[in-house]
This record gives sequence, structure tokens and C-alpha cells, in this order.
Amino acid sequence: MDFLNALVALANFVFIPAIAYGSQLALGALGVTLIYGILRFSNFAHGDTMAIGTMFTILVTWGLQAVGVSFGPLPTALLAIPFGIVLTSLLVLGTDRLVYRFYREQKAKPVILVIVSMGVMFIYNGLTRLIIGPGDQNFADGERFLISARDFKAMTGLDEGLALKSTQAITVVVAILVVALLFWFLNHTRTGKSMRAYSDNEDLALLSGINPERVVMVTWIIVAALAVVAGTLYGLDKSFKPFTYFQILLPIFASAIVGGLGSPLGAIAGGFIIAFSEVGITYAWKKVLTYLLPESLEPSGLVQLLSTDYKFAVSFVILIIVLLFRPTGLFKGKSV
Amino acid sequence: MRTLALFALVAALILGTGFLQSWNSALIILNMGLVSAIMALGVNLQWGLAGLFNVGVMGFVALGGLAVVLTAVAPVPEAWAAGGWRVLGGLAFALAAIVAAVFAWKRLPRKTRGWAVAAIAVGGFFIYRAILDPAVSAIESVDPAATGFLGGLGLPVLLAWPVGGLLAAGVAWVIGKTALGLRSDYLAIATLGIAEIIIALLKNEDWLTRGVKNVIGLPRPVPYEIDLQNDAGFVETAASIGLDPTTASTIYVKLGYSMLFAVVLVIVLVLAQLALNSPWGRMMRAVRDNEEAAEAMGKDVTARHLQIFILGSALCGIAGAMMTTLDGQLTPSSYQPLRYTFLIWVMVIVGGSGNNLGAVLGGFLIWFLWVQVEPMGQWLMGVITAGMADGSALKAHLLGSVQHMRLLTMGVILLLVLRFAPRGLLPER
Repeated sequence: MDFLNALVALANFVFIPAIAYGSQLALGALGVTLIYGILRFSNFAHGDTMAIGTMFTILVTWGLQAVGVSFGPLPTALLAIPFGIVLTSLLVLGTDRLVYRFYREQKAKPVILVIVSMGVMFIYNGLTRLIIGPGDQNFADGERFLISARDFKAMTGLDEGLALKSTQAITVVVAILVVALLFWFLNHTRTGKSMRAYSDNEDLALLSGINPERVVMVTWIIVAALAVVAGTLYGLDKSFKPFTYFQILLPIFASAIVGGLGSPLGAIAGGFIIAFSEVGITYAWKKVLTYLLPESLEPSGLVQLLSTDYKFAVSFVILIIVLLFRPTGLFKGKSV
Repeated sequence: MRTLALFALVAALILGTGFLQSWNSALIILNMGLVSAIMALGVNLQWGLAGLFNVGVMGFVALGGLAVVLTAVAPVPEAWAAGGWRVLGGLAFALAAIVAAVFAWKRLPRKTRGWAVAAIAVGGFFIYRAILDPAVSAIESVDPAATGFLGGLGLPVLLAWPVGGLLAAGVAWVIGKTALGLRSDYLAIATLGIAEIIIALLKNEDWLTRGVKNVIGLPRPVPYEIDLQNDAGFVETAASIGLDPTTASTIYVKLGYSMLFAVVLVIVLVLAQLALNSPWGRMMRAVRDNEEAAEAMGKDVTARHLQIFILGSALCGIAGAMMTTLDGQLTPSSYQPLRYTFLIWVMVIVGGSGNNLGAVLGGFLIWFLWVQVEPMGQWLMGVITAGMADGSALKAHLLGSVQHMRLLTMGVILLLVLRFAPRGLLPER
């Protein structure tokens, strides 16, 4: 019984949150890695693209709620995501046209593009704060729990409850759908194949008649879609605050690099590695250990390796270890 | 000529603030402008001279702030008695464990070394926590409302400035060792990370910095306003030039800071100029422009990068210590990456990367804009919303969000300069 209780506590506090967080990171890291593969720079504006896309979704959600549309037990925001994607795509395509294209034609060094993306980050960040403000926004509605802790206890008779928030379930389901769709697109459509060809070898792809501007356009649209989905899921699961979306840039970059920049599969693996280490290291293990160990060995402290304020340190340390021992990442990404 | 004209423009802007708003706010802008100029010189050294992309300026600035607390604050004897030596022992143990791990990695045979290092790291971490944790809680429970931290060494505050540079240099060495020599974006991401971690440390290690409770009342290198106001001689002199004692004392104090900062800036600027035109500076530019060619000429590119990365970060640390001295308090929650990292980058790019005078100019100009965009935005929003009905939600929202205009303006300036004048206002010669 104690063993089951320990398992349930572990699932409740570590596995479920980490899987949801990992899915969000993976979606974010996919966006970073795609930009890196096709446009060949690290996009510092990605966190703020997520923020501004989520903001669009939130605004549309409020609009839908105001006219009385709802999505039954599911959050209305899911209905608003397509609108958010369209608006964000227009925004990033406009940005590309006005800002990035100039440097692409000049064949500017990647680091110049990184600095340019920093300017874009400023602008997106300013716009988000200007329109929706820097505060917390909670826009989740619908059922809060799929299984609440109390129901679970009544159902199984265990001491530990297992709460499954509906937003966590939605996150995982949506993430799986989106990733499946993305891989199908990359592997089975003409455009997807031309994107991969362009990412592998630009000159060869150009020689075989691939239109680079079209590839870039499709990439931006996909990245916008990924950013909006990742941002909205993160906002539903936690809450929307522009500054946290800036901060999430670090774990996202860490995921992309740990997996290998430019490798989509690596981005997903990296997202989960980062999420599980972050949650595992900042979780207070006392509860689980109390169930597992005999009474004499019970821990007196919280058995928390690091306080939650240091969660960025976890992604950072993993990043440093990977940089030191395997600079191309686990899945052999690019290293220019 | 162009340099002179642009610096005259900045001087006119600051003097204009003095005439139109108040001399007090003009001096505030001037002082922070001086500090920003030093930060910009540091970043310019890294980017303009070596092409290194450091987005962790905030972290190095914050380390400078920490240095002020560690150097200048009076020690708290009760806290030291409660656990000071134990904390030091814990830190020494952690250092020893790291050295042992590195040693094991270098000396042991390939097969076993991974496990050995992992064992040392994990075991070392638990022992370190076991040593540290009781000491930390003992220190933090010593009169938490007033102290609850170890305090510093109680040395003169001016000493904190070089100490800030040394602290920043030490951290830069660690980062540079790992991330330099890899592709350029990796350094950017590594520095982004270390900056966040340094801020997290300052916020959470209460025994060191009091965390979010802030350390206030840091010692000052200049006299206090209240002492000046009570000084009969000073009041008399102030009256003779037609100033009331309160205004005179605030201006006197701020001018004192300006002098100190200007001295540091001039020293740094002269050194930076000498370095730029020395054989060493030519070598750095050769490395920046063509790494392969420089390497073929026998230059150790990674070592040179490490050297200049440490130098630039040290400048940021010095500037950070100066800033905290100016504020008179360490508020860890006030460190925002957009303000302390990316704004400095805007200064360097706008001023002209590779040109030291350009970095100084950018520091002053962008800082002036950063401060003054808000009143300008207020005025603009006032004009836009003038026609709207009072009390409408949109009007209130627009007026309330004026402060976020800053970020937008900075982004637009950065992009415009990058696009139309990529070499900045004062291009590199």
C-alpha cells in the first residue's frame, strides 16, 4: 500500500507536471530548432513571439466569451488558437519582410541576425505589454480537473490523491497531435521535403529548383503556429505573464541545444529531459521517501535538492554539461 | 568633427534637461549616463573588438552590486558567530569537491572516470548541503528584520569597485572556459543563463545579500545631504550663490558622484583607446575579422577571446558596483534583463561598435532617451487620447501603458540603426 501511495505521489507531483511542462518546452524548442535549421540563426525573439501569439489568443478568447461561445468542458482558448495562429503568422511574416529578409539577401553573419532578433524581441515585448499589460492574465475556463484528488482517493482508497488537471491532459494531447502533424508534413509533403533539403544543404537545394523564399515563408508560418500552441498551452496550464515568456527562453534554448540544434526529434527529447530534471531536482522528495523507507530512516528535512527559484540553474547546468562533452547535442545537430 | 558635434548634442540634451526640468534630474541622467558608458565600453570591448556576443551583462552588473555589499557593509558579528565560519567551510568544501572532480576526470582511466566524477559530484553536493544548511538557517535567524546576513568586511566603499571587477572577471573566466571556442550563439545562451542564475542567487541566498529584503543604507563615498544642511559653512556658501540649502546639498552630492564616475570613465576610456591602437588591439581585430588567418599566423584564438571576455565583463562589474554605490542600496529584484543587458547592447550598436568613443556616446544618448521617452510618451498619449471621453476604458489603458513605450522605442531604434547605419553613429575607423 505504501508503495502504491509513493507511486501515486510521484505521479502527481513529478510525472504529470513534468510531462505537461516537457510538452510545452518541446513545442517551443521545435520552433527554435526549425528557425535554426532553415534560417540559420538563434531566434532570441521566440519567447516573445510565444507571448504575443498567446496574447492574440487570449484577446480572441475574451471576444468569444463575450459573445457567449464556449467549448463545453474544454477551454474556449482552444477555439481561439487558429485565430491566434493566423494573426501571429501575419505578424512574423511582416517582420520577416521588413526586417529579416534584408539581412538574408546580404548574407549577413548569423550573429548579426541574432542581434536583429534581439531588436524584434524588444518590439514584440513592448507591444505585448502595451496591449495587454505586464500583469498576470488567467484565461482558462471549462472543467478544471479531469480527476480531482478527492475523487481519486474515494475511487482507490489510497491516502495519496492524484489530480489530473484538464489543462495538463489537453497539453499532452494537443502536443502529440501537433508534433505528429509536423513530422508528417516534414516527411511526406513536397514542401516539407524541400524544407529538409534546404536545411541539409542550401546550395544543393537551390540548384534543384527549390524556391528559398517559399521555404522561408512556410517555416515562419509553422514556427508561428508552434509558438502560439506552445504559448497558449503554457498559459492555460500556469498563467500568462509576459515576463515569464521571456524567461522561458532559457529552458527552450537548453532543450534545443541538448537535443541538437536543427534536429526536430532532438528538440522533443531535449524538452522532456529539461522538464524532468527541472521538476525532479526542485521537488521536495520527503513525501515519497516517507512512504518508501522504513520509519527509522525517514528523512527529517524536505529532501529538496534545490529550491524552485533555481529551476533555471538546472537547465543551465545540463546545457553546460552538454556543451562540454557533446557540443552538437544528443541527436547530432549542426555546429557551425 | 562628427564626434565633437554628437557629443555637443548629448551635452546640450543634458543641459537642456537642467534648464527645462531641473538640475537634479539632469545630474541623475548624467550620473547614470557615466555608469552606462562604462558598461557600454565593456560590451564594446567584447563585441566591437573581438566579436563576442555576451548577453549576460545583467549578471556581471549584479555581481558588482554584490561586491559593494561584501566589501563595504559592516560585518554582523552575531551572524558570524552563529554560522559564518561553517558557511565558509561549506563553500571551501564545495570548491575542493569541484577540484577533485576535475582532477579525477583528468587522471583516471577513461572507463571509470565518468562514474568517479558523478560519484564525487553527487556525494559532494549532499555533504555540502549538510554542512551549509544549518549554518544558513542560523545566520538568517539572527535578527532577520534588520540583518539576518553576514554583512561585509566594512572596508571603504570605493574599494568595492575594483572588487566588483574581480568578481565579474572570476565568473567570466568560468563561463569563457566552457562556452568559448564553440559556435558564437552558444556563448550568448550560456551568458543569458548565468545572468539569470546570478540574479536568482542574489534573490535567494539571504545569508549573503538579504535576498528580496534588500540591503539598504550602503556606505557612501560622498557626504550625506543632511550633514551638509547642518553645516553652517555650507549653508552660507549656498546662500551666497542664491540656492536654498536642500537643493544645494542634493546637487553637491550628485556632483560629487559625477566627479568620481567621470574619473573612472576617463581612466577606462584612455586605457581602452591605448589598447585599441596597440599591437594587442590590432591582433584582436585581426582575430575578429578572420579567425582562420589569425590562427594560421600562430595566434591562440580561444585564449585571446577568453582574455577579452574577462576584461569586458570586469568593466561591467566595476560599473555595476558604481551603480549600486550611487543607489545606496542593493535591490536584487530590480535587475531586469531588458534594462541591464539588452539596453547596453542598444547603446553599443547605436554608438558604433568597435569605436570606444561611440560606445560612450551611445551610453549617454540611449540612457537619455530611456529616461526621457516616458515623459514624451506621456505627452504623445495625452494628445492621442485628448479627444476621447474621460473615464473610457481605452483612454485609461493607453495612459496607463505609457511606460511600455520605452521597450518599443528601443527596439525600433535598434532595428533602424542596424538597417540603415549598421556601423553606428561613430563608425569604427
